[in-house]
Amino acid sequence: MSAGGLEQLCAAREIVVTCGSGGVGKTTTAAALGAMAASQLGGKVLVLTVDPARRLATALGLERFGNVETQVPPALFAEAGVEARGELWAAMLDTKQSWDDLVRAHAPDAATRDAILANPLYRNITAKFVQSHDYIAMERLHEIHRSGRYDLIVVDTPPTRNAIDFLEAPERMADFFSSRLLRWLITPYRSRLVNAASKPFYTMADRILGSQFLADIAEFFVLFQTMYDGFVERAQAVSRTIADRRTSFVVVSTLEDAPVREAEFFMQALVDRELHLGALVLNKVLPAWFADPAAAEVAGRLVRDADEVAGALTHVPLPVAGEAASGASGHLEPLGERAQVGRVLREIGQSFDDYRIVATREREQAAVLARHPELVVSVPHLDHDVCDLPGLVDLGRALW
Amino acid sequence: MSPDLDLLERRLLFVTGKGGVGKTSVAAALALLAAGRGQRTLLVEIDARGAIADVLESGPTAFDPREVAPRLWAMSMDTEESLREYLKLQLRVPMLARIGPLARSLDFVATAAPGVKEILTVGKIAWEVRERHYDLVVVDASATGHVVGQLAAPEAINELVQVGRVREQTRWMLDLLSDPMVTGTVVVATPEEMPVTETLELVDRLEVETRVPLAAVVVNKVLPELFGRGEQEVFDRLCTPARRHQLASVVAGPVDPVIDGADLAVRLRRSRAEHITRLRTELPRDLPLLYVPYLFTRAHGMRTTRSLAEALGAELGY
Ligand SMILES: Nc1ncnc2c1ncn2[C@@H]1O[C@H](COP(=O)(O)OP(=O)(O)OP(=O)(O)O)[C@@H](O)[C@H]1O
Ligand SMILES: Nc1ncnc2c1ncn2[C@@H]1O[C@H](COP(=O)(O)OP(=O)(O)OP(=O)(O)O)[C@@H](O)[C@H]1O
Ligand SMILES: [Mg+2]
Ligand SMILES: [Mg+2]
Repeated sequence: MSAGGLEQLCAAREIVVTCGSGGVGKTTTAAALGAMAASQLGGKVLVLTVDPARRLATALGLERFGNVETQVPPALFAEAGVEARGELWAAMLDTKQSWDDLVRAHAPDAATRDAILANPLYRNITAKFVQSHDYIAMERLHEIHRSGRYDLIVVDTPPTRNAIDFLEAPERMADFFSSRLLRWLITPYRSRLVNAASKPFYTMADRILGSQFLADIAEFFVLFQTMYDGFVERAQAVSRTIADRRTSFVVVSTLEDAPVREAEFFMQALVDRELHLGALVLNKVLPAWFADPAAAEVAGRLVRDADEVAGALTHVPLPVAGEAASGASGHLEPLGERAQVGRVLREIGQSFDDYRIVATREREQAAVLARHPELVVSVPHLDHDVCDLPGLVDLGRALW
Repeated sequence: MSPDLDLLERRLLFVTGKGGVGKTSVAAALALLAAGRGQRTLLVEIDARGAIADVLESGPTAFDPREVAPRLWAMSMDTEESLREYLKLQLRVPMLARIGPLARSLDFVATAAPGVKEILTVGKIAWEVRERHYDLVVVDASATGHVVGQLAAPEAINELVQVGRVREQTRWMLDLLSDPMVTGTVVVATPEEMPVTETLELVDRLEVETRVPLAAVVVNKVLPELFGRGEQEVFDRLCTPARRHQLASVVAGPVDPVIDGADLAVRLRRSRAEHITRLRTELPRDLPLLYVPYLFTRAHGMRTTRSLAEALGAELGY
């Protein structure tokens, strides 16, 4: 898909979400797509990212701004030798801040708002635990998209245990708040009337957790109930945004077992949910020539006959007097001592063999994913981290 | 931190790190190593995705531990089962029909009051350690994002819950988890920008937010050094067009892929060396760093896990 690449996708959609297993390059891909879209397509592009590598964040001018959307200085593009037609913006997701904003927006009054923000359970949810990460990412996306401030939003997703989690997050949140069980759970606290059916549960829960904790839980739910309508409506709207034709998903994977399995699973999940799968990015792919059988022959020969080959290479007729000085053609700088040359040859042969094994495994993995060949884009394994704009543009070109 | 203490002499190890760095592989290798040295070892998978079954080629694991190799048991965590067991053993609550709704409401409570699921996970593990069912429990723990929440759960619960059985329970868990002679975390990192950054951050957070001591950092997937003294210069000369041409005529085949391949290997190794240096300089000086080579293998199964165990054993001086 070298001709099409991701250019078309970025031009046609308003939201592009990168997803995949941990560490495969979601954040890097999202940033690279953002940089390409801003420079090549123009318009206003936002990269909404989660925990970017520090150097990448610094390179994008993000470190100080956090949750606030910030423009990447156009001068950076110029320095990278790229003429930017549009604007690149970036924002980092701060879960706690986003939750607080959400409560502020939905609390019916100041007293409820303060009570929620001060509830120990709420503080724990937002400060210590990350389950809420998935939902908040989607929520923030929905908010920004609705504002209409950007032509394209590229969203990086958090490393979830299960890539599917964040797709279901809005649904789960809505289910949670509208569940009968939840209401049943808080009834006794409200009425102080424990009915016969739920009594054993409370007796047991009391023994295990202590009544103060139960009261905190109940208070938390009672308070949250006041935001019920706003929340459920919101969660449903977020679900709609994800399913919208203007949104597309880019699944990122390296060619290792686990990420490939996860990518397959995730692509299937997108299909099942009728969400739009825009592309499959195979990242950190070794060069194809590692699989060249003739080269493997050569490598094998170097390992087997290193000394003999070294002999042939180092046995160069001594230059005739005067020839060296005149720099006549055919003269080569001495390669080195024969034994040493032999060691180097054996080593490079061995190294080729090692990488060939990995490259072969990668090709097999790629074949597994070849069921969607029209969607596949390969990005080479670069010999440096991608942590500045030139690096992103470099990688972006492979994607485009 | 207690660097004088042998890593495997502890009784509980949590293996964590960024996604994909090799947590499961390293946890399985450590467990295999310990079992091979005669320790009765339990390997616990937290995420229940069946990854342990793959690296040990053991078939699926369940909540009930199963002996998958001599002296090596494997189990996968299941919070509902854990709650069931807890109620039965600790509170002598018989298996009731009512456990159904209780477990279901637990699911809801756990979403809103996180810490409940975590405490059931950590609690089960700590219990196995306390009861001395095994000499060593190795946990293939969650990735950096979730692990702090898990390890901090007993304390968080301890703060939230003022009375009741759970509070009493968290007290002994905290004692056990904070004892450097008993418990340690092993953070796995690969020598790349993000895994190193996350490792450094995690080490800080573990220190600040939990009482679980740090035991070691495993630097995984270290690429081999190709050339010894003076050999890089030989290689550089070999890379010139004239020498490539000469080599091609000697071996009668395409040499560019082989030379470029070696060149890529050298550059990849170099870019990683930088990150190893960063780890070495920024981690606490007395923290053991264990290096594990990148294994160039076709498939990852028991054989690879054995190789990793050997490499770790060598690093630990066995
Ligand atoms: N094609 C590539 N070649 C070399 N290095 C790469 C490539 N793509 C990404 N990287 C590097 O790999 C590391 C992980 O990338 P990145 O942070 O984008 O992954 P991620 O999927 O967002 O991880 P997480 O799941 O933790 O959020 C980074 O250090 C990045 O610089
Ligand atoms: N030393 C090594 N050499 C080569 N490959 C390795 C090495 N260690 C691990 N791997 C490979 O890296 C991949 C990730 O390993 P593993 O599943 O152990 O990581 P993990 O941290 O548990 O991942 P996850 O976050 O998905 O649970 C696997 O394909 C594994 O075979
Ligand atoms: Mg990321
Ligand atoms: Mg794992």
